[in-house]
Amino acid sequence: MKKIEAVIRKSKYSEIKKALKENGVTFYTYWDVTGIGHETQEHVYRGIVYDASDIQRRYLSIVVNDDFEKITIDTIMKVAQTGELGDGKIFVSDILQVYSIRTGEKGGETLRK
Amino acid sequence: MENLFTINNVWMMVSIFLVFIMHLGFATLESGLCRSKNTVNILFKNVMIVSIGLLTYTFVGFNLMYPGADYAGGFFGFSGFGLSLPENGLTEAYNPGYTYYTDFLFQAMFAATAATIVSGAVAERIKLNSFLIFSVIYVGLVYPIVGMWKWGGGFLAEMGFYDFAGSTLVHSVGGWAALIGVMLLGPRLGKYNGGTKAIEGHSIPMAVIGVMLLWMGWFGFNGGSVLSANPGTVSLVLVTTCIAAAAGSVGAFMTSYAIFKSYDITMALNGILAGLVGITAGADLMSVTDAILIGLIAGFIVVMGVILLDKLKLDDPVGAIAVHLMCGIWGTLAVGIFGSKAGLEQIKIQLIGIAVIGVFCVVCAFIILFAIKKTIGLRVSEKEEIEGLDMHEHGMSAYAGFGSNDD
Repeated sequence: MKKIEAVIRKSKYSEIKKALKENGVTFYTYWDVTGIGHETQEHVYRGIVYDASDIQRRYLSIVVNDDFEKITIDTIMKVAQTGELGDGKIFVSDILQVYSIRTGEKGGETLRK
Repeated sequence: MENLFTINNVWMMVSIFLVFIMHLGFATLESGLCRSKNTVNILFKNVMIVSIGLLTYTFVGFNLMYPGADYAGGFFGFSGFGLSLPENGLTEAYNPGYTYYTDFLFQAMFAATAATIVSGAVAERIKLNSFLIFSVIYVGLVYPIVGMWKWGGGFLAEMGFYDFAGSTLVHSVGGWAALIGVMLLGPRLGKYNGGTKAIEGHSIPMAVIGVMLLWMGWFGFNGGSVLSANPGTVSLVLVTTCIAAAAGSVGAFMTSYAIFKSYDITMALNGILAGLVGITAGADLMSVTDAILIGLIAGFIVVMGVILLDKLKLDDPVGAIAVHLMCGIWGTLAVGIFGSKAGLEQIKIQLIGIAVIGVFCVVCAFIILFAIKKTIGLRVSEKEEIEGLDMHEHGMSAYAGFGSNDD
Protein backbone atom coordinates (compact mmCIF):
# COMPACT_ATOMS: atom_id res chain seq x y z
CA MET A 1 0.00 0.00 0.00
CA LYS A 2 1.12 3.51 -0.73
CA LYS A 3 0.34 6.93 0.67
CA ILE A 4 0.22 9.59 -2.02
CA GLU A 5 0.32 13.13 -0.71
CA ALA A 6 -0.12 16.09 -2.99
CA VAL A 7 0.07 19.85 -2.50
CA ILE A 8 -2.14 21.41 -5.16
CA ARG A 9 -3.70 24.71 -6.14
CA LYS A 10 -7.11 25.19 -4.51
CA SER A 11 -8.48 26.21 -7.87
CA LYS A 12 -7.62 22.76 -9.25
CA TYR A 13 -9.26 20.79 -6.45
CA SER A 14 -12.72 20.21 -7.92
CA GLU A 15 -11.26 19.04 -11.23
CA ILE A 16 -8.94 16.64 -9.42
CA LYS A 17 -11.72 15.33 -7.24
CA LYS A 18 -13.79 14.54 -10.34
CA ALA A 19 -10.89 12.91 -12.19
CA LEU A 20 -9.92 10.76 -9.17
CA LYS A 21 -13.50 9.59 -8.80
CA GLU A 22 -13.67 8.62 -12.49
CA ASN A 23 -10.53 6.53 -11.97
CA GLY A 24 -11.88 4.75 -8.93
CA VAL A 25 -10.11 6.69 -6.18
CA THR A 26 -12.99 7.54 -3.88
CA PHE A 27 -11.41 7.49 -0.43
CA TYR A 28 -9.04 10.19 0.78
CA THR A 29 -8.56 13.13 3.15
CA TYR A 30 -7.69 16.74 2.38
CA TRP A 31 -7.12 19.99 4.23
CA ASP A 32 -6.17 23.59 3.54
CA VAL A 33 -2.60 24.55 4.24
CA THR A 34 -0.27 27.53 4.11
CA GLY A 35 3.29 27.07 2.99
CA ILE A 36 6.40 28.72 1.73
CA GLY A 37 7.44 28.09 -1.83
CA HIS A 38 9.22 29.52 -4.82
CA GLU A 39 6.26 31.67 -5.78
CA THR A 40 6.11 35.18 -4.25
CA GLN A 41 3.42 37.81 -4.49
CA GLU A 42 3.70 41.52 -3.75
CA HIS A 43 0.90 42.97 -1.63
CA VAL A 44 0.13 46.50 -0.43
CA TYR A 45 -1.63 47.19 2.86
CA ARG A 46 -2.22 50.79 3.91
CA GLY A 47 0.73 52.07 1.97
CA ILE A 48 3.16 49.35 3.03
CA VAL A 49 4.46 47.13 0.25
CA TYR A 50 5.39 43.66 1.43
CA ASP A 51 6.30 40.27 0.05
CA ALA A 52 3.69 37.64 0.70
CA SER A 53 5.55 34.37 0.31
CA ASP A 54 3.03 32.52 2.50
CA ILE A 55 0.91 30.72 -0.05
CA GLN A 56 -2.45 29.01 0.36
CA ARG A 57 -2.74 25.49 -1.04
CA ARG A 58 -4.76 22.31 -0.56
CA TYR A 59 -3.14 19.14 0.76
CA LEU A 60 -4.42 15.71 -0.29
CA SER A 61 -3.56 12.53 1.56
CA ILE A 62 -4.57 9.39 -0.37
CA VAL A 63 -3.85 5.82 0.73
CA VAL A 64 -4.22 3.28 -2.11
CA ASN A 65 -3.31 -0.28 -2.97
CA ASP A 66 -0.21 -0.65 -5.12
CA ASP A 67 -2.22 -1.24 -8.29
CA PHE A 68 -3.75 2.22 -7.89
CA GLU A 69 -0.48 4.05 -7.33
CA LYS A 70 0.25 4.92 -10.95
CA ILE A 71 -3.24 5.97 -11.96
CA THR A 72 -3.58 8.22 -8.90
CA ILE A 73 -0.28 9.97 -9.53
CA ASP A 74 -0.94 10.28 -13.26
CA THR A 75 -4.39 11.74 -12.65
CA ILE A 76 -3.16 14.39 -10.23
CA MET A 77 -0.18 15.20 -12.42
CA LYS A 78 -2.32 15.63 -15.51
CA VAL A 79 -5.04 17.77 -13.97
CA ALA A 80 -2.99 19.88 -11.53
CA GLN A 81 -0.35 20.92 -14.04
CA THR A 82 -0.50 24.46 -15.44
CA GLY A 83 3.22 24.89 -16.14
CA GLU A 84 3.36 28.01 -13.94
CA LEU A 85 5.52 28.30 -10.83
CA GLY A 86 3.57 26.97 -7.83
CA ASP A 87 1.83 23.90 -9.28
CA GLY A 88 2.80 21.87 -6.21
CA LYS A 89 4.40 18.54 -5.30
CA ILE A 90 3.49 14.88 -4.98
CA PHE A 91 5.03 12.67 -2.27
CA VAL A 92 4.81 8.87 -2.22
CA SER A 93 5.53 6.66 0.79
CA ASP A 94 4.91 3.09 1.98
CA ILE A 95 2.04 2.26 4.30
CA LEU A 96 2.57 -0.64 6.75
CA GLN A 97 -0.98 -1.52 7.64
CA VAL A 98 -4.59 -0.37 7.25
CA TYR A 99 -7.44 -1.14 9.64
CA SER A 100 -11.14 -0.58 9.16
CA ILE A 101 -12.56 0.83 12.36
CA ARG A 102 -16.10 -0.38 11.60
CA THR A 103 -15.34 -4.03 10.91
CA GLY A 104 -12.00 -4.46 12.66
CA GLU A 105 -10.53 -6.02 9.48
CA LYS A 106 -7.05 -5.16 8.29
CA GLY A 107 -5.17 -5.10 4.99
CA GLY A 108 -5.46 -3.54 1.56
CA GLU A 109 -8.89 -5.01 0.90
CA THR A 110 -10.37 -2.56 3.39
CA LEU A 111 -9.47 0.22 0.97
CA ARG A 112 -11.78 -1.24 -1.67
CA LYS A 113 -15.54 -0.89 -1.47
CA MET B 1 -45.47 77.80 16.03
CA GLU B 2 -46.09 74.95 18.45
CA ASN B 3 -45.92 72.52 15.49
CA LEU B 4 -42.66 73.97 14.21
CA PHE B 5 -41.09 73.58 17.64
CA THR B 6 -42.16 69.94 17.75
CA ILE B 7 -40.83 69.31 14.26
CA ASN B 8 -37.50 70.96 15.08
CA ASN B 9 -37.21 68.95 18.26
CA VAL B 10 -38.01 65.69 16.46
CA TRP B 11 -35.25 66.31 13.91
CA MET B 12 -32.81 66.98 16.73
CA MET B 13 -33.77 63.72 18.40
CA VAL B 14 -33.36 61.84 15.11
CA SER B 15 -29.89 63.39 14.92
CA ILE B 16 -29.18 62.07 18.40
CA PHE B 17 -29.95 58.52 17.23
CA LEU B 18 -27.71 59.01 14.21
CA VAL B 19 -24.76 60.31 16.25
CA PHE B 20 -25.28 57.39 18.64
CA ILE B 21 -24.92 54.96 15.73
CA MET B 22 -21.53 56.48 14.96
CA HIS B 23 -20.21 54.81 18.10
CA LEU B 24 -21.11 51.44 16.63
CA GLY B 25 -19.39 52.58 13.46
CA PHE B 26 -16.18 53.39 15.33
CA ALA B 27 -16.37 50.09 17.23
CA THR B 28 -16.67 47.94 14.10
CA LEU B 29 -14.19 49.98 12.05
CA GLU B 30 -11.50 49.87 14.73
CA SER B 31 -11.91 46.19 15.53
CA GLY B 32 -12.00 45.30 11.84
CA LEU B 33 -8.69 47.05 11.19
CA CYS B 34 -6.96 45.39 14.15
CA ARG B 35 -6.02 41.76 14.76
CA SER B 36 -8.62 39.29 15.99
CA LYS B 37 -6.71 38.70 19.24
CA ASN B 38 -7.56 42.25 20.36
CA THR B 39 -11.19 42.44 19.27
CA VAL B 40 -12.87 42.16 22.66
CA ASN B 41 -10.54 44.83 24.03
CA ILE B 42 -11.36 47.32 21.28
CA LEU B 43 -15.09 46.67 21.51
CA PHE B 44 -14.96 46.99 25.30
CA LYS B 45 -13.25 50.38 25.04
CA ASN B 46 -15.76 51.65 22.49
CA VAL B 47 -18.73 50.51 24.52
CA MET B 48 -17.38 51.99 27.74
CA ILE B 49 -16.55 55.30 26.10
CA VAL B 50 -20.20 55.88 25.23
CA SER B 51 -21.13 55.24 28.84
CA ILE B 52 -18.28 57.32 30.23
CA GLY B 53 -19.04 60.16 27.83
CA LEU B 54 -22.73 60.25 28.75
CA LEU B 55 -22.10 60.13 32.49
CA THR B 56 -19.28 62.68 32.63
CA TYR B 57 -21.28 64.97 30.39
CA THR B 58 -24.19 64.66 32.80
CA PHE B 59 -22.09 65.40 35.89
CA VAL B 60 -19.85 68.20 34.62
CA GLY B 61 -19.41 68.29 30.83
CA PHE B 62 -22.63 69.99 29.76
CA ASN B 63 -22.28 72.77 32.32
CA LEU B 64 -18.59 73.25 31.49
CA MET B 65 -19.28 73.50 27.78
CA TYR B 66 -22.42 75.63 27.98
CA PRO B 67 -22.03 77.60 31.22
CA GLY B 68 -24.36 80.38 30.03
CA ALA B 69 -24.18 84.00 28.96
CA ASP B 70 -22.36 85.08 32.14
CA TYR B 71 -19.16 83.57 30.78
CA ALA B 72 -19.44 84.94 27.21
CA GLY B 73 -16.05 85.63 25.65
CA GLY B 74 -14.21 83.76 28.42
CA PHE B 75 -11.79 80.85 28.69
CA PHE B 76 -13.58 78.88 31.35
CA GLY B 77 -17.04 78.67 32.82
CA PHE B 78 -19.00 76.30 34.98
CA SER B 79 -22.61 76.49 35.98
CA GLY B 80 -22.78 73.70 38.55
CA PHE B 81 -22.84 69.91 38.80
CA GLY B 82 -25.49 67.77 37.19
CA LEU B 83 -28.50 68.61 35.09
CA SER B 84 -31.16 71.00 36.31
CA LEU B 85 -34.09 71.82 34.11
CA PRO B 86 -34.28 75.59 33.69
CA GLU B 87 -37.58 77.43 33.79
CA ASN B 88 -39.46 76.82 30.52
CA GLY B 89 -36.70 74.35 29.60
CA LEU B 90 -39.14 72.12 27.77
CA THR B 91 -40.78 74.84 25.68
CA GLU B 92 -39.67 76.97 22.77
CA ALA B 93 -38.82 79.70 25.24
CA TYR B 94 -35.61 77.70 25.90
CA ASN B 95 -34.75 77.51 22.21
CA PRO B 96 -36.98 77.42 19.10
CA GLY B 97 -35.08 74.34 17.91
CA TYR B 98 -35.07 71.96 20.88
CA THR B 99 -35.83 71.41 24.54
CA TYR B 100 -33.22 71.47 27.30
CA TYR B 101 -33.09 67.69 27.43
CA THR B 102 -32.71 67.34 23.67
CA ASP B 103 -29.94 69.94 23.80
CA PHE B 104 -28.15 67.99 26.51
CA LEU B 105 -28.40 64.59 24.86
CA PHE B 106 -27.32 65.80 21.43
CA GLN B 107 -24.21 67.43 22.91
CA ALA B 108 -23.53 64.42 25.15
CA MET B 109 -23.53 62.06 22.15
CA PHE B 110 -20.91 64.30 20.55
CA ALA B 111 -18.69 64.34 23.61
CA ALA B 112 -17.80 60.67 23.57
CA THR B 113 -16.60 60.75 19.94
CA ALA B 114 -13.47 62.65 20.98
CA ALA B 115 -12.22 59.71 23.07
CA THR B 116 -13.36 57.13 20.53
CA ILE B 117 -10.96 58.69 18.04
CA VAL B 118 -8.07 58.08 20.46
CA SER B 119 -9.10 54.48 21.02
CA GLY B 120 -8.31 53.41 17.45
CA ALA B 121 -4.87 55.02 17.34
CA VAL B 122 -3.65 53.44 20.60
CA ALA B 123 -5.29 50.07 19.94
CA GLU B 124 -3.61 46.69 20.45
CA ARG B 125 -1.16 47.85 23.14
CA ILE B 126 -2.70 50.28 25.64
CA LYS B 127 -3.79 49.03 29.07
CA LEU B 128 -7.55 49.00 29.44
CA ASN B 129 -7.66 50.79 32.80
CA SER B 130 -5.17 53.41 31.71
CA PHE B 131 -7.25 54.16 28.66
CA LEU B 132 -10.47 54.38 30.66
CA ILE B 133 -8.92 56.77 33.19
CA PHE B 134 -7.62 58.91 30.36
CA SER B 135 -11.07 58.93 28.72
CA VAL B 136 -12.84 60.05 31.87
CA ILE B 137 -10.54 63.06 32.27
CA TYR B 138 -10.28 63.94 28.59
CA VAL B 139 -13.99 63.65 27.78
CA GLY B 140 -15.10 64.93 31.16
CA LEU B 141 -12.90 68.04 31.30
CA VAL B 142 -10.71 68.78 28.27
CA TYR B 143 -13.33 68.34 25.55
CA PRO B 144 -16.01 70.55 27.18
CA ILE B 145 -13.52 73.29 28.13
CA VAL B 146 -12.35 73.51 24.50
CA GLY B 147 -15.94 73.29 23.26
CA MET B 148 -16.90 76.22 25.46
CA TRP B 149 -14.38 78.46 23.70
CA LYS B 150 -16.44 78.29 20.52
CA TRP B 151 -19.82 76.63 20.94
CA GLY B 152 -20.31 77.82 24.52
CA GLY B 153 -19.80 81.44 23.51
CA GLY B 154 -16.17 81.71 24.69
CA PHE B 155 -13.29 83.79 23.35
CA LEU B 156 -12.88 81.95 20.04
CA ALA B 157 -16.55 82.52 19.23
CA GLU B 158 -16.12 86.22 19.96
CA MET B 159 -13.04 86.33 17.73
CA GLY B 160 -15.02 84.98 14.76
CA PHE B 161 -13.52 81.47 14.66
CA TYR B 162 -15.84 79.19 12.71
CA ASP B 163 -16.30 75.47 13.22
CA PHE B 164 -19.80 74.40 12.26
CA ALA B 165 -19.92 70.84 13.60
CA GLY B 166 -16.46 70.20 14.97
CA SER B 167 -13.62 69.56 12.49
CA THR B 168 -11.44 71.05 15.20
CA LEU B 169 -13.65 71.04 18.28
CA VAL B 170 -14.36 67.32 18.07
CA HIS B 171 -12.05 65.67 15.54
CA SER B 172 -8.80 67.52 16.11
CA VAL B 173 -9.36 67.47 19.87
CA GLY B 174 -9.47 63.68 19.62
CA GLY B 175 -6.72 63.63 16.99
CA TRP B 176 -4.20 65.58 19.10
CA ALA B 177 -4.67 63.20 22.01
CA ALA B 178 -4.32 60.26 19.60
CA LEU B 179 -0.99 61.68 18.42
CA ILE B 180 0.33 62.15 21.96
CA GLY B 181 -0.92 58.69 22.92
CA VAL B 182 0.87 57.07 19.99
CA MET B 183 4.10 58.95 20.79
CA LEU B 184 4.08 57.98 24.48
CA LEU B 185 3.09 54.37 23.80
CA GLY B 186 5.43 53.56 20.96
CA PRO B 187 4.61 51.29 18.04
CA ARG B 188 3.12 47.80 18.25
CA LEU B 189 5.76 45.09 18.65
CA GLY B 190 7.49 44.29 15.40
CA LYS B 191 5.93 47.15 13.47
CA TYR B 192 9.18 48.94 12.64
CA ASN B 193 11.81 46.27 13.23
CA GLY B 194 13.86 46.54 10.07
CA GLY B 195 11.52 48.25 7.65
CA THR B 196 7.81 48.69 8.11
CA LYS B 197 5.67 45.63 8.65
CA ALA B 198 2.11 45.44 7.33
CA ILE B 199 -0.07 44.32 10.24
CA GLU B 200 -3.30 43.51 8.49
CA GLY B 201 -6.74 44.09 9.95
CA HIS B 202 -8.64 40.89 10.60
CA SER B 203 -12.04 41.80 9.17
CA ILE B 204 -12.42 44.08 6.20
CA PRO B 205 -16.22 43.50 6.06
CA MET B 206 -16.47 44.80 9.63
CA ALA B 207 -14.41 47.87 8.71
CA VAL B 208 -16.74 48.55 5.77
CA ILE B 209 -19.80 48.25 7.99
CA GLY B 210 -18.17 50.68 10.41
CA VAL B 211 -17.40 53.33 7.84
CA MET B 212 -20.84 53.08 6.23
CA LEU B 213 -22.45 53.46 9.67
CA LEU B 214 -20.24 56.48 10.35
CA TRP B 215 -21.25 57.99 7.03
CA MET B 216 -24.91 57.52 7.92
CA GLY B 217 -24.33 58.87 11.42
CA TRP B 218 -22.73 61.98 9.98
CA PHE B 219 -26.13 63.04 8.60
CA GLY B 220 -27.03 63.59 12.24
CA PHE B 221 -23.60 64.87 13.29
CA ASN B 222 -23.66 67.66 10.68
CA GLY B 223 -27.39 67.79 9.97
CA GLY B 224 -28.20 68.08 13.67
CA SER B 225 -25.58 70.80 14.12
CA VAL B 226 -27.97 73.13 12.28
CA LEU B 227 -29.75 72.97 15.68
CA SER B 228 -33.19 73.09 14.06
CA ALA B 229 -35.03 71.43 11.18
CA ASN B 230 -34.60 74.52 8.99
CA PRO B 231 -35.33 72.94 5.59
CA GLY B 232 -32.90 75.01 3.55
CA THR B 233 -29.87 74.71 5.81
CA VAL B 234 -30.39 71.07 6.78
CA SER B 235 -30.78 69.93 3.18
CA LEU B 236 -27.71 71.91 2.08
CA VAL B 237 -25.68 70.46 4.95
CA LEU B 238 -26.72 66.91 4.09
CA VAL B 239 -25.73 67.46 0.46
CA THR B 240 -22.31 68.98 1.21
CA THR B 241 -21.66 66.26 3.81
CA CYS B 242 -22.54 63.44 1.45
CA ILE B 243 -20.71 64.90 -1.54
CA ALA B 244 -17.54 65.52 0.46
CA ALA B 245 -17.57 61.92 1.71
CA ALA B 246 -17.94 60.65 -1.86
CA ALA B 247 -15.17 62.93 -3.11
CA GLY B 248 -12.99 61.89 -0.17
CA SER B 249 -13.16 58.22 -1.05
CA VAL B 250 -12.42 58.95 -4.71
CA GLY B 251 -9.53 61.24 -3.75
CA ALA B 252 -8.01 58.65 -1.44
CA PHE B 253 -8.53 55.78 -3.86
CA MET B 254 -6.93 57.69 -6.73
CA THR B 255 -4.01 58.85 -4.58
CA SER B 256 -3.26 55.39 -3.26
CA TYR B 257 -3.66 53.88 -6.73
CA ALA B 258 -1.32 56.47 -8.24
CA ILE B 259 1.36 55.66 -5.65
CA PHE B 260 0.98 51.93 -5.05
CA LYS B 261 -0.98 50.67 -8.07
CA SER B 262 -3.27 48.81 -5.73
CA TYR B 263 -6.96 49.04 -4.86
CA ASP B 264 -6.58 49.27 -1.08
CA ILE B 265 -10.07 49.41 0.37
CA THR B 266 -8.84 50.56 3.77
CA MET B 267 -7.53 53.73 2.10
CA ALA B 268 -10.86 54.30 0.33
CA LEU B 269 -12.59 53.86 3.70
CA ASN B 270 -10.24 56.34 5.36
CA GLY B 271 -10.97 58.65 2.42
CA ILE B 272 -14.71 58.64 3.16
CA LEU B 273 -14.01 59.64 6.75
CA ALA B 274 -11.44 62.20 5.61
CA GLY B 275 -14.03 63.89 3.40
CA LEU B 276 -16.56 63.85 6.23
CA VAL B 277 -14.14 65.33 8.77
CA GLY B 278 -13.01 67.87 6.18
CA ILE B 279 -16.49 69.20 5.41
CA THR B 280 -17.62 69.28 9.04
CA ALA B 281 -16.24 72.74 9.87
CA GLY B 282 -17.99 74.45 7.00
CA ALA B 283 -20.81 72.14 5.97
CA ASP B 284 -23.37 74.99 6.01
CA LEU B 285 -21.14 77.47 4.12
CA MET B 286 -20.08 75.46 1.10
CA SER B 287 -21.42 75.03 -2.40
CA VAL B 288 -21.52 71.60 -3.99
CA THR B 289 -18.33 72.40 -5.93
CA ASP B 290 -16.58 73.51 -2.73
CA ALA B 291 -17.64 70.27 -1.05
CA ILE B 292 -16.19 68.20 -3.89
CA LEU B 293 -12.87 70.04 -3.72
CA ILE B 294 -12.67 69.84 0.08
CA GLY B 295 -13.41 66.11 -0.08
CA LEU B 296 -10.92 65.36 -2.85
CA ILE B 297 -8.14 67.22 -1.06
CA ALA B 298 -9.04 65.52 2.24
CA GLY B 299 -8.78 62.17 0.47
CA PHE B 300 -5.31 63.10 -0.78
CA ILE B 301 -4.24 64.34 2.66
CA VAL B 302 -5.34 61.19 4.45
CA VAL B 303 -3.30 58.86 2.23
CA MET B 304 -0.21 61.06 2.43
CA GLY B 305 -0.78 61.32 6.17
CA VAL B 306 -0.83 57.56 6.65
CA ILE B 307 2.41 57.25 4.67
CA LEU B 308 4.03 60.14 6.57
CA LEU B 309 3.13 58.70 9.99
CA ASP B 310 4.72 55.38 9.04
CA LYS B 311 7.85 57.25 7.91
CA LEU B 312 7.96 58.94 11.33
CA LYS B 313 7.47 55.53 12.97
CA LEU B 314 4.21 56.64 14.56
CA ASP B 315 2.06 53.52 14.61
CA ASP B 316 -1.63 54.26 14.14
CA PRO B 317 -3.38 50.97 13.29
CA VAL B 318 -6.58 52.55 11.96
CA GLY B 319 -5.38 55.88 10.52
CA ALA B 320 -7.14 57.97 13.18
CA ILE B 321 -4.47 60.68 13.26
CA ALA B 322 -4.48 61.12 9.49
CA VAL B 323 -8.29 61.18 9.38
CA HIS B 324 -9.25 63.17 12.43
CA LEU B 325 -6.25 65.40 13.16
CA MET B 326 -4.89 66.17 9.70
CA CYS B 327 -8.25 66.38 7.93
CA GLY B 328 -9.74 68.18 10.94
CA ILE B 329 -7.11 70.87 10.52
CA TRP B 330 -7.70 70.89 6.77
CA GLY B 331 -11.48 71.26 7.17
CA THR B 332 -11.08 74.11 9.65
CA LEU B 333 -8.70 75.92 7.29
CA ALA B 334 -11.01 75.25 4.36
CA VAL B 335 -13.59 77.58 5.96
CA GLY B 336 -11.22 80.44 5.12
CA ILE B 337 -10.46 79.14 1.63
CA PHE B 338 -13.82 78.02 0.23
CA GLY B 339 -17.45 79.06 0.68
CA SER B 340 -19.19 82.15 1.96
CA LYS B 341 -16.68 83.05 4.70
CA ALA B 342 -13.54 82.70 2.54
CA GLY B 343 -10.92 85.40 2.99
CA LEU B 344 -7.46 86.08 4.38
CA GLU B 345 -8.77 87.49 7.65
CA GLN B 346 -10.84 84.33 8.20
CA ILE B 347 -7.85 82.08 7.40
CA LYS B 348 -5.88 83.94 10.07
CA ILE B 349 -8.64 83.48 12.64
CA GLN B 350 -9.01 79.81 11.72
CA LEU B 351 -5.24 79.31 12.14
CA ILE B 352 -5.32 80.96 15.57
CA GLY B 353 -8.19 78.69 16.62
CA ILE B 354 -6.39 75.57 15.35
CA ALA B 355 -3.16 76.57 17.12
CA VAL B 356 -4.71 77.56 20.46
CA ILE B 357 -6.80 74.40 20.65
CA GLY B 358 -3.87 72.33 19.42
CA VAL B 359 -1.52 73.60 22.13
CA PHE B 360 -4.13 73.16 24.87
CA CYS B 361 -5.02 69.60 23.78
CA VAL B 362 -1.39 68.54 23.37
CA VAL B 363 -0.47 69.87 26.81
CA CYS B 364 -3.51 68.33 28.53
CA ALA B 365 -3.18 64.98 26.75
CA PHE B 366 0.53 64.87 27.56
CA ILE B 367 0.03 65.64 31.26
CA ILE B 368 -2.73 63.05 31.64
CA LEU B 369 -1.02 60.31 29.66
CA PHE B 370 2.43 60.98 31.08
CA ALA B 371 1.08 60.86 34.63
CA ILE B 372 -0.61 57.53 33.86
CA LYS B 373 2.59 56.21 32.28
CA LYS B 374 4.63 57.09 35.38
CA THR B 375 2.12 55.63 37.84
CA ILE B 376 0.06 52.64 36.71
CA GLY B 377 1.72 52.38 33.30
CA LEU B 378 0.34 52.90 29.82
CA ARG B 379 1.31 49.78 27.97
CA VAL B 380 0.55 46.10 28.44
CA SER B 381 3.44 43.66 28.90
CA GLU B 382 5.21 42.14 25.92
CA LYS B 383 3.70 38.74 26.66
CA GLU B 384 0.17 40.18 26.80
CA GLU B 385 0.67 42.07 23.57
CA ILE B 386 1.93 39.00 21.73
CA GLU B 387 -0.75 36.66 23.03
CA GLY B 388 -3.49 39.25 22.66
CA LEU B 389 -5.22 41.69 24.96
CA ASP B 390 -8.43 39.67 24.78
CA MET B 391 -7.00 36.69 26.64
CA HIS B 392 -5.07 38.72 29.23
CA GLU B 393 -7.19 41.80 29.94
CA HIS B 394 -10.56 40.11 29.46
CA GLY B 395 -9.98 36.37 29.62
CA MET B 396 -12.18 35.77 26.63
CA SER B 397 -12.06 35.48 22.89
CA ALA B 398 -14.15 37.41 20.37
CA TYR B 399 -14.58 34.35 18.17
CA ALA B 400 -14.61 31.40 20.56
CA GLY B 401 -15.09 28.22 18.56
CA PHE B 402 -15.24 30.10 15.28
CA GLY B 403 -13.72 28.12 12.42
CA SER B 404 -13.19 24.93 14.39
CA ASN B 405 -15.11 21.72 13.88
CA ASP B 406 -15.43 20.90 17.59
CA ASP B 407 -18.71 19.48 18.78
